Amino acid sequence: MIAAALLAVLVAMALVVVRALRGPTTFDRLLAANTIGNGAILVLALFGFLTGRPEFLDLGLTYALLNYVGIFAVLKFFRQGSLGAEAEAEKR
Amino acid sequence: MIDAAMIETAVTIILLLLLGAVAIGIVRVRGLFAAVVLLGVYSLLMATLFIVLDAVDVAMTEAAVGAGVSTVFFLGALWLTDTVEAPAKRRQLMPLIVALVTAGALLWGLSDLPQFGSPDQPIHRQGADYLASSLPDTGIPNVVTSVLASYRGFDTLGETTVVFTAGIGILALLRRRRGEGGN
Repeated sequence: MIAAALLAVLVAMALVVVRALRGPTTFDRLLAANTIGNGAILVLALFGFLTGRPEFLDLGLTYALLNYVGIFAVLKFFRQGSLGAEAEAEKR
Repeated sequence: MIDAAMIETAVTIILLLLLGAVAIGIVRVRGLFAAVVLLGVYSLLMATLFIVLDAVDVAMTEAAVGAGVSTVFFLGALWLTDTVEAPAKRRQLMPLIVALVTAGALLWGLSDLPQFGSPDQPIHRQGADYLASSLPDTGIPNVVTSVLASYRGFDTLGETTVVFTAGIGILALLRRRRGEGGN
């Protein structure tokens, strides 16, 4: 059962990688990157249970946090054209 | 019934294929922003592959550095420069040749490694008596120190050089920025 789920998630990740590679706009690629991060978390969790090491769930949580930071940085760049250096300079 | 080892092999092969596809995509894409996003995708897939291969610590580093911090650094670089790659004047074959030769040398070196997980590797046959022999060998009472500073002295020298160079680079960058602000 877990093996079937794992393979299904991998197939989904392959489809998302196709979208990341072809994606006409950058936002398609961004969304694909985020989804691949989520897929990686799922693969981690399923693989942990498959090999009898459910501690991998904790690693999955860390991945989720990292994924969030990365996407947040990219979106902030898009919104402001920078990583917020000017705003910090204005504050001083 | 499907056993776990077969699933592991299948997952590894699928992840490697995806990695190859993403790598080719990174080389072919022209927009640098898309390239940064694809590099993040590559790091995430690579970290997953590391976990499947049981290298959990390496996977955490790859996810944190490759997908997290590198993306932010690349975006900072894009903000300072431009988001479109300048078109190449002519096809450059030399980098491709260098990459192929390096890959060939690495593959050739792989054939000399002991079988993955085999119990008769040199590390299991000879490496286990550091606790007993480090004091008479090196005269250092701490075993970890003796391994770091004596048995692996050249390794440690190289690592120290890398860290020192990185520190000098960061100092140079910060010094320049502060000078510009002061003027």
